[in-house]
Amino acid sequence: MTTQIDGEDHKLVATSHDPSVAESLRVDGVTAAEIEAKGVHAWFGERMVLEDINLVMERTRVTALIGPSGCGKSTFLRILNRMHEIVPSASLAGQVELDGDDIYDPNQRAATVRRHIGMVFQRPNPFPAMTVKDNVLAGLRFNRIRSNRKDEIVEEALTKAGLWSEVRDRLGNLGGALSGGQQQRLCIARALAVKPAVLLMDEPCSALDPGSTLRIEQTVKEIADEVTVVIVTHNMQQALRVSDKTAFFLAQDGNPGYIVEAGPTTQIFESPSDPRTADYVNGRFG
Amino acid sequence: MTTELDPLATPSGLDDVLDDLADGAPAPVARPLKRIKPREFKPSDVGVLALTAASSFSIIWILFTQLTLLSGPLGFVVMWLPVFLALYWFVNRQLFNRQVAVDRVIGSIVTMGAILMMTPLVLLTIFVFQRGLPQLTWHALTHTQQGALYTPNSKNIGGVEHALVGTIEQVLIAAVIGIPAAVLTAIFINEVGGRFTKSVRTIVTAMSGTPAIVAGIFIYSVWVIHFHYSGFAGALALAIILLPTITRGTEEVLKVVHNDLREASVALAAPEWRTVWSVVLPTARSGLITSILLGIAVAIGETAPLIMTIFGSSVMNTNPFSQPQSALSLLAYRQIKLPIKSQIELGYTSALVLFIMVFAVFILARLLSSGLGRKSGRSSSRRSALSYVRWTPGSAIEQEDQGPETEIELEMDPFGPDPGEREPR
Repeated sequence: MTTQIDGEDHKLVATSHDPSVAESLRVDGVTAAEIEAKGVHAWFGERMVLEDINLVMERTRVTALIGPSGCGKSTFLRILNRMHEIVPSASLAGQVELDGDDIYDPNQRAATVRRHIGMVFQRPNPFPAMTVKDNVLAGLRFNRIRSNRKDEIVEEALTKAGLWSEVRDRLGNLGGALSGGQQQRLCIARALAVKPAVLLMDEPCSALDPGSTLRIEQTVKEIADEVTVVIVTHNMQQALRVSDKTAFFLAQDGNPGYIVEAGPTTQIFESPSDPRTADYVNGRFG
Repeated sequence: MTTELDPLATPSGLDDVLDDLADGAPAPVARPLKRIKPREFKPSDVGVLALTAASSFSIIWILFTQLTLLSGPLGFVVMWLPVFLALYWFVNRQLFNRQVAVDRVIGSIVTMGAILMMTPLVLLTIFVFQRGLPQLTWHALTHTQQGALYTPNSKNIGGVEHALVGTIEQVLIAAVIGIPAAVLTAIFINEVGGRFTKSVRTIVTAMSGTPAIVAGIFIYSVWVIHFHYSGFAGALALAIILLPTITRGTEEVLKVVHNDLREASVALAAPEWRTVWSVVLPTARSGLITSILLGIAVAIGETAPLIMTIFGSSVMNTNPFSQPQSALSLLAYRQIKLPIKSQIELGYTSALVLFIMVFAVFILARLLSSGLGRKSGRSSSRRSALSYVRWTPGSAIEQEDQGPETEIELEMDPFGPDPGEREPR
């Protein structure tokens, strides 16, 4: 993974024009990395929405972010791959480190960060004008990564997302023609095709039916072997089912959101140390 | 009283029974399912409509021509429609219920509005064809006005070939200049943004409100005075005309591309230009093509900006960069003012050719926007590609894609009593 850009050595950065680097990125097995937030604060305009978030999301583990609406979970998630900054009024403080490299380092390009830290959104958003295959390969195309084993990449990504058997004969159909659950798995395949180190999922099942939700959860568990997953969810049972670690966010009375408690999922759900966590996970508020 | 009309209604269970018999299957012991379509406009309803229309027509006919001294088709229609609506309401009120009556009457009013909107277009089409078609011969299309005699009984009234060539050349050049500028402007306004977004949008809006003649005067003063009349000068003026049309159309289309897609693209580390080129524009493709062709159609028909830029010519000039050229719109405008009947006819021919060209562009727009996806066997998925742009209101252009069917029926309460199922009162 160590390559250089702009003449500077940086672990994160891979020059997308160099096919050998691109290939090596794809070939080696586990690429997952640890991502850590250190004292992250966030603002929209003058309003502080996150205060002093410290959280380690371990390599090849699933970390769930839970908490009531408006507590900053999604904002935090978007900070992790520099999507926060595309909102014009947004600003932040603190560090986010991917295997020790600050992704907000001035020498770091946002695009490079986003290639290593993929994202799946709340609403399935495959590119409607592209075929299933082109959707999966979109990340490679956008980053001008050339490959002579595109078919393998497509099959691999779709298999990991649990979609291959359903769409193997329909790779030439447009992505929008799939069902909602299939579209979301296509989005997961699209994110996985560029072999990210971390996969962020922003309530990936909230627009789906229970059957599709189960498929996605199954997929999350399977891909966690090779990619670090951070998942925002409103569904307590989902957090319990898929995650190894849980962080409980809370924002009260218009104050910025903060982490009340974070730890192994079983501990958060069975013996939380903070009474508010206990109330939340047992459905007494939120 | 209400039951009497029921025999008119098709017994909905009958079809099922017939189907079973046709299949040769033994008729099932269970009672055949009685299928209902609450929104169906049954033959009996058509009957009610026709009878109501006929009786209101008769009433007005007696009133209008027998009892009073009124005359004229317009007055007749103006009196007939309200009486029809009143009668229609009353009949439906008696047969069904208030809800159905209101629904049908409002539906009729909306349908009448649609017919009213269509009338000028239909009349215009008939008029242009009536006047232009007799002279639309191969001769007219392959001859210029060179050698034409401007006398009442001249056998050689000339043709429109030079104007046809002129229009095609000018519009093509205008498109080459105007379309990239217009699409880039729309992309700037909607995708790039920045400090100048608002002023650029204001300028485009102002441009679309600028009288076409002003575009002509502008090109005259900055170009024609220095370089003389030419088809190219006309093309520049036309480019000014089509730029705001296409920009605004494109902007509307880009606006309805869902932001989720841009975010997805950004999250895949795509640079901004890549997001626009590979995600936004392909998603908006059909609407984009429609708005471009609409802009071209507008430019084809413009006359005012050409008067001062191409000047007009009665001989063939295929070089758009020097010497005056003619154009169909300009030719029609000039010929119709002449005092000789045969020359006026030529003007109508010119207008008809222009009309057909604009029509062809519209058809092309429809074919391209609906057919592109189908070419590569992706037909089934076009709908879903469009669904990303469909649901957002305010896009007149996307509505083009929804086909000719206009929703004029108002939603009836689905839980209201079904006309065919009601109890006799």
